[in-house]
Amino acid sequence: MKNVLSIAFATFAAVSAAPAQVGFDRILQAEKEPQNWLTYSGTLKSQRYSTLNQITTGNVKNLELQWVYQARSLEKYEATPLVVDGVMYTVQNPDDVVALDPVTGRVFWTFSYTPSPDSRPCCGRLSRGVAVLGDKVFIGTIDARLIALDARNGKPIWNVEVDKPADGYAVTHAPLVIKDKVIVGVAGGEYGIRGHIDAFDAATGKQVWRFYTIPGAGEKGNETWAGDSWKTGGASVWVTGSFDPDLNLTYWGIGNPGPDWNGDNRGGDNLYSDSVVALDADTGVLKWYYQFSPHDEFDYDAVQVPVLAEIPWPGSTGLRKVMMWANRNGLFYVLDRANGQFLLGKPFVKVTWMKGFDEKGRPMKVPEAQSSREGTLIYPGNQGGTNWYNPSYSPATGLFYIPAWEDYSSLFVKQDAEYVKGQQFGGGGPRNLTPPVVAGGFNYRKEGEQYGVVRAIDPKTGEKKWDFPMSDVTDAGIMTTSTNLLFSGGREGYFFALDARDGKLLWKATLGGRVTSGPMTYSINGRQYIAVCAGSSLFVYALRQ
Amino acid sequence: MRKIALVLLTAVSLAAQHEATDAKYTKTDIGIGNRLYIANCIYCHGPEGDQISGVDFTHGKFPRSRSDDDIVKIIRDGIPGTGMPAQKMEEPQIRTIVAYLRSLPASAGQALPAGADVARGKVLFQGKGQCTNCHRAQGAGSYFGPDLSDIGMLRRAVELDQSLSDPNAVIMPPNRMFRAVAADGAAIPGRILNQDTFTVQLIDSKERLLSFQRSALKEFSPINTSPMPSYKDRLSAAERADLVAYLLSLKGIQP
Repeated sequence: MKNVLSIAFATFAAVSAAPAQVGFDRILQAEKEPQNWLTYSGTLKSQRYSTLNQITTGNVKNLELQWVYQARSLEKYEATPLVVDGVMYTVQNPDDVVALDPVTGRVFWTFSYTPSPDSRPCCGRLSRGVAVLGDKVFIGTIDARLIALDARNGKPIWNVEVDKPADGYAVTHAPLVIKDKVIVGVAGGEYGIRGHIDAFDAATGKQVWRFYTIPGAGEKGNETWAGDSWKTGGASVWVTGSFDPDLNLTYWGIGNPGPDWNGDNRGGDNLYSDSVVALDADTGVLKWYYQFSPHDEFDYDAVQVPVLAEIPWPGSTGLRKVMMWANRNGLFYVLDRANGQFLLGKPFVKVTWMKGFDEKGRPMKVPEAQSSREGTLIYPGNQGGTNWYNPSYSPATGLFYIPAWEDYSSLFVKQDAEYVKGQQFGGGGPRNLTPPVVAGGFNYRKEGEQYGVVRAIDPKTGEKKWDFPMSDVTDAGIMTTSTNLLFSGGREGYFFALDARDGKLLWKATLGGRVTSGPMTYSINGRQYIAVCAGSSLFVYALRQ
Repeated sequence: MRKIALVLLTAVSLAAQHEATDAKYTKTDIGIGNRLYIANCIYCHGPEGDQISGVDFTHGKFPRSRSDDDIVKIIRDGIPGTGMPAQKMEEPQIRTIVAYLRSLPASAGQALPAGADVARGKVLFQGKGQCTNCHRAQGAGSYFGPDLSDIGMLRRAVELDQSLSDPNAVIMPPNRMFRAVAADGAAIPGRILNQDTFTVQLIDSKERLLSFQRSALKEFSPINTSPMPSYKDRLSAAERADLVAYLLSLKGIQP
């Protein structure tokens, strides 16, 4: 009888793994358990690089669809799922959380959430993902709340306000867990908010620290805003940050100054808009910053996840701790992540707003690089040389991979802007000179018109190594593996695998909807899976058996 | 006292007039507004903006608004109790529509001549003009060129006349022609229907819907001139006016 019970229990355990505690030590060393995907960007270095090696350049052509999760939402699906000890956690837009069996796609539980009618995120009623710590799952919501759920049944444990949705605040990115804290930043740069990044106690939801992305009166940096413009200067946070445990620094990209396209009343550099900030992870105190686009009038943001790596660098002994960044402003950067020192900056697409850097790494703008009443033609255009789309760095190839828009421009038009709490505060906007060549799902493009590309860059030089051009532009993130595979997609609905060494196409599938997310990979019982969101569904592939 | 009131009234009216004409719009604004107008407004208001009783954009007739801000408000909020719905657009976009509407009176004099005749235009379309060799209208003609069955909903007289006289002046992206060269060297010109990174879709002069893998083609390149001849010398000005009158009468097929 005892044996029968044991067998029954063992069978049960095999099909329904009990969620284990995810201590921060596991997240810190996520690369040691590549079968899981424990944090939004894979690891706290945010390379979106996996050492799972079952799928190779030789057999990737044998990938086969395993299951599809069709979300009950038609919103863009920009999320990257997590996989933790046999359970996948992801979102259903705007802010539901779903726990699924990563082998079959069957749903264990759903946490359904109805955001406040006050919520008004400018650019999609969506979430890009969740975070885990211990036995909890965390989601930031478009009505600017942070909610902790019980990982086992999806019931809320705590639910706290981050800020006021009626004033334009929202949270759209996956939270970042560092030690015993959950960190989120606020969106709302199109509503005249004053941005901030907050850390909450993961156990209780109590706020531990707040860093304002715009310095207050009397604080250093406040002088970079004319008059009271700092009070409505935007500087939001759209994507998740990264963490270096040795330096105890957490890095975040900060969004555009507001009003987006009219800088007349916010003279100065407008710190820390369009910057990366390095914060003490325990206190939120600013340690250094680097501003990519001072006094931005083109909505360039700094809307990327900071990618951390250790690479050889001229003049450095051993490997140097760097941060790599392909910015919406069309430039690829390498910074020393200990102190923010500018090491390299180079255009990765056509750029006309600047003509180089001064000796301190500050961009030298061309005089005409400002929005105007009649419109100023600038490359890259408003959507950027890239955008929030996840890049990847592969230690195997030493290359940095960017989902990029090439030959892309906008006319930047300035209009008057009056701040009204909770209302859009843009001051103009981008225009296109010609009728769209891709519209309503139809593509009439000719050579020489804007296009999307997966672009491989050597981070040591900023030189392009190869291109995989597409007929339409792309909003898809990138993931690479130690077997020299690169997974990405595009607006045309293709999901594909390239050889990360030369960009050669190895495999593709048609998913029938835009790929607007970053792919990820995991392994269950020795079988490697690849997951990606396209349209309003999540698709999961594995090798044919 | 009466005199003061009169002066005030004049001042107010001058101010209103000033407000109505003050906005300076660029060619870009007008071009973008034109596209948005076609996409959002033309179905009810028509290409000349005169399809709603009492409203005539080409002649500056806006019965419920005087200033540009008034028009923006109406487009944004709609007019309750009428067929005018609120539009889900941001104000900068709405402003470009206002720019386009304000540009229309400048071409008011280029409207169709008084004697232009739809019936004569139809005869020209199907006969001397040989338009049906490439175009289709009301269920008859070739599928190769753009279908004109609803062109009267989409274009103004001045635009249609320009296309007849100078077909290369404006070629909209959906009307672009491409040349596909197959592996055996056979060249197939066609109007582009769609494409992506790996495939292209065309309709050719034999009215075939064709789809190719790019990898199977030796060449796929745009033909940058319109295959349509100029009618500037092929038809008289009066004939062109008749043809334009016929095209303007094409308001789509109700199945």
